[in-house]
Amino acid sequence: MAKRIKVLIAKPGLDGHDRGARVVARALRDAGMEVIYTGIRQTPEQIVATAIQEDVDAVGLSCLSGAHNNLFPKVVQLLREQGADDILVFGGGIIPDADIPGLKQAGIRAIFRPGTPTEETIRFINENVSE
Amino acid sequence: MDIISGVLAGQTRALAKAITVVENDRPGKKELLRAVFPQTGKAFLIGITGPPGAGKSTLTDKLISRLRRQGKTVGVIAVDPSSPFSGGAILGDRIRMQQHALDDGVFIRSMASRSHLGGLAKTTVDVIHLLDAAGKDVIIIETVGVGQDEVDIVKIAHTTVVVMVPGLGDAVQIAKAGVMEIADVFAVNKADRDGAGKLVNELRAMLEMSEAAWQPEIYQTVAKNDTGIDELLAGIYKHWDYVRQAGIDQQKFRSNVERELITYLTDGIVSLAAAHPGYGRLLDELAAKRVTPLEGAEKLFQELGLNCNWEKREE
Ligand SMILES: Nc1nc2c(ncn2[C@@H]2O[C@H](COP(=O)(O)OP(=O)(O)O)[C@@H](O)[C@H]2O)c(=O)[nH]1
Ligand SMILES: [Mg+2]
Repeated sequence: MAKRIKVLIAKPGLDGHDRGARVVARALRDAGMEVIYTGIRQTPEQIVATAIQEDVDAVGLSCLSGAHNNLFPKVVQLLREQGADDILVFGGGIIPDADIPGLKQAGIRAIFRPGTPTEETIRFINENVSE
Repeated sequence: MDIISGVLAGQTRALAKAITVVENDRPGKKELLRAVFPQTGKAFLIGITGPPGAGKSTLTDKLISRLRRQGKTVGVIAVDPSSPFSGGAILGDRIRMQQHALDDGVFIRSMASRSHLGGLAKTTVDVIHLLDAAGKDVIIIETVGVGQDEVDIVKIAHTTVVVMVPGLGDAVQIAKAGVMEIADVFAVNKADRDGAGKLVNELRAMLEMSEAAWQPEIYQTVAKNDTGIDELLAGIYKHWDYVRQAGIDQQKFRSNVERELITYLTDGIVSLAAAHPGYGRLLDELAAKRVTPLEGAEKLFQELGLNCNWEKREE
């Protein structure tokens, strides 16, 4: 059977708005992916433990609270510590231009801001998930 | 450490990778299953089934907390249907269980059913074997199911908990759906809502007509508020005692492995047939109504050198 791409959509941080995350989750499902959704207010530790148990190919982080500069790199760092740096990490949410280079530097491979067509996210995942 | 010894040592990462191998028929699957198979048959398998939104995941979450307090390690397999259109799925059962994400003694895995019928994925039993061999004391399998035909979990779990909620239908519907036959334990969840007492009474009246050796008990729970869970868990263990005393666990193991054998046999024969040079032509003949599907299957079997006759012999 063709491999199904498995993605964890996770919301770190304290904001309680997950509409964007849910829209992305549905779009990925409609593109044939299996999407684990874990709800709001997840710590980086919880996200990483979940990604490892579920053995996902990619983790999409969504954060609207402004704490992305701490939370996103933390997830990447914890994945590395677990030897799981083959998992692709991308982010979304309200993220100022100025923060993007730093996040990419930290290992967040792409940032999709509100208004980005979901096709773009889907294409990114399809092209970058390692076999 | 390689993946096999990792699984047998109960390592999370190895177990997670092993499940992916099994779920996707990746190379190494056969060796992996061969290595863990002798270590299976130890865990207590609890099935939790019921309609969407009944509170199965919330109940599972509360049961995990109790089991952990008793010192038991827990595996959870949460199966959700795949989209028939895209083949994708949204697996959201973990939302209710994330308080256990950092507990080493709890391993939770979401599975999409991947168009397999009966509420389970094709490889769910193999995944159960892996969790079992990795030393989980209790394995909870959450599946969506309403009627008898949808609930394969009963064949696999030692104890099946059917979760019902008030307001989803009366006793006649319950009976029609065949729910009475599949439950070892009933949880009437959302007992904070109107109609829970009425549902309990209706269930009780139906159960009185049953002559089965095991009489399911009914527990009222409010999973959201952690109410009634101790009683439910005690009821689940009461059934487990009965299962072991009656030797049902041995029978279940036998029927589980048979079910798996049948799955692989079916898979194998279908792909053998589809690879047969005459398959396309046969489909044309079926479509043109020159051959019935029954005749077609018989013909294919013959051409594959197998003899199969569907007409029952006279007694
Ligand atoms: N009123 C009420 N709501 C509950 C109860 N148990 C769960 N819920 C809610 O029902 C919804 C579905 O629960 P979930 O566990 O995901 O159901 P599942 O689809 O059967 O796994 C959630 O919003 C829960 O908070 C309960 O005992 N009473
Ligand atoms: Mg659920």
